[in-house]
Amino acid sequence: MITFEHVTKQYADGTVAIEDVSFTVEEGTTTVLVGPSGCGKTTTMKLVNRLEDPTEGTVYRDGTPLSEFDRIDLRRNTGYVIQEIGLFDHMTVGENIATVPRLNGWDEDEIDARIDELLELMDLPPESYREQHPPELSGGQRQRVGVARALASDPDVLLMDEPFGALDPITRESLQDEFLKIQAELDTTILFVTHSIDEALKMGDRIAIFDVGEVVQYDTPQAILDEPKNEFVEDFIGSDRPLKKLKVTQVEDVMSPPTEEVATAGGVADATAPVQSDGGSTVSPLEPTDTALSALSRLVASEDGRLPVVEDGDVVGTVSDEDIRRSNAGDKP
Amino acid sequence: MLSSVHNWLAYVDFAVEHSDRLLVATLEHIEIIAFAIAIAVPIGVGLGFLITFDDRLATAVIWLAGVMMTVPSIALFGLLIPYFGIGAPSVIVALVLYTQLPVIRNTYVGLNDVDPAALEAGEAMGMTRLQLLRRVQLPIALPVIMAGVRNAVVILIGIATIGAFIGAGGLGDLLFDGISYVRTEMIVVTTVILSLLALAVDYAFSISEQLFRLNNGEQVESSATMRLLQRVIS
Repeated sequence: MITFEHVTKQYADGTVAIEDVSFTVEEGTTTVLVGPSGCGKTTTMKLVNRLEDPTEGTVYRDGTPLSEFDRIDLRRNTGYVIQEIGLFDHMTVGENIATVPRLNGWDEDEIDARIDELLELMDLPPESYREQHPPELSGGQRQRVGVARALASDPDVLLMDEPFGALDPITRESLQDEFLKIQAELDTTILFVTHSIDEALKMGDRIAIFDVGEVVQYDTPQAILDEPKNEFVEDFIGSDRPLKKLKVTQVEDVMSPPTEEVATAGGVADATAPVQSDGGSTVSPLEPTDTALSALSRLVASEDGRLPVVEDGDVVGTVSDEDIRRSNAGDKP
Repeated sequence: MLSSVHNWLAYVDFAVEHSDRLLVATLEHIEIIAFAIAIAVPIGVGLGFLITFDDRLATAVIWLAGVMMTVPSIALFGLLIPYFGIGAPSVIVALVLYTQLPVIRNTYVGLNDVDPAALEAGEAMGMTRLQLLRRVQLPIALPVIMAGVRNAVVILIGIATIGAFIGAGGLGDLLFDGISYVRTEMIVVTTVILSLLALAVDYAFSISEQLFRLNNGEQVESSATMRLLQRVIS
């Protein structure tokens, strides 16, 4: 748990990066700091591993003020991923990942095993990537190594500053998805900085929206979309707020109970079979964990007004245009 | 045609006849340079590292080292004799001063050349200033520093010759004798040895620079010697 209590940071040249910021990052969650450039989100993040120290106020980790920690120990227990990645080009991928474990004095055997484990986790087979040097890798692969390096000594806190910002949209999307999966397996507290509200809504359990040096709204993605606190937040989310809401809503939250019609034996067989879409490619049936947005897009393309939702081969509900509209208006079905 | 062959034979004759003296002079020459480099490199690298902390200091130090190089060697020897006496010590001090520009400058450039993001990442991962230097900055800067040292050694081989003027010995002795007694073959043979020495040292350093780069995982156009070395190592 990380707590910011009335934190102000003024740089030596007089610029105030953040002013009187207070919020708490819960253990094991991902909190996204989002806002336009120059809003102080990166400074806020750097306070957590003491790359910066606050001018006023206190940052606590699990109730202990950060000033009581040794800077070096604190950093070795805090993962750090940045947009520029900052891999050490003169070391191999394996050596890069081994950085913090080596600093912490682990056994070489332990380190070896950890490198392989992390490379597997990042979907980079150790036998082909371990001995490579970073310049030989693609941008996406380099950032995977960056994340692996940050996770190497299993830190309690992971700081990520626009980690996927420099990647092309397709690589970014797939890395986000993979990271969400990895994140579900970790119990790390993550502080994620981005300027993209879409990324914030996708990655965050909670979102802190920054505007020039202050936190304007700190809430769950749902709550921010449902009730933007002021015009700034509304503008920041953009005019497609209803669609963004559908993106953070899961089908199981909007679906109706299965109807007689599709629940009949024939119906089920039909529903669970892969559907042929217009393009001729096969589309698997809707699952409860799909987003409401993808349900809507399938409804638009489909001739039926109501689609079955399938989990492990059983129809667990149906979803219609009407269900989605109702959820977007705010009421649960 | 006949006379050029005759000359050539005269050079070989001279080299064979005076091989003892040539060998001793060459070894003396190498000894002076080795001493100078052994003193110069730690000082230059240290200064180069120190000035990475302060840009204004860096400009001043590099400017001063540059000025050093413009002082004629004879004048510098003259200035040093009152402090270090006639002979090798004065020459070695002068040589150390002459090497400072390439060594300091390349150290400074090499250390500053490290990707700022890598430095930030290193700091954020909990490396101390010294660990950052040893594990990140120095390995990346090493090939560049080597290039500076290589530059310095080649300059020294030439300048050390003039050291003979104040009694430091080395190949310069033979050159000055050749000039005094108007013995062309003596001048030519000594010059050839000096050039070969410079080329050999230059080549040896370029190989070691490549080895450092390869060790850093950089792509290097390997020379024939490199490939041979790699084969021997593997």
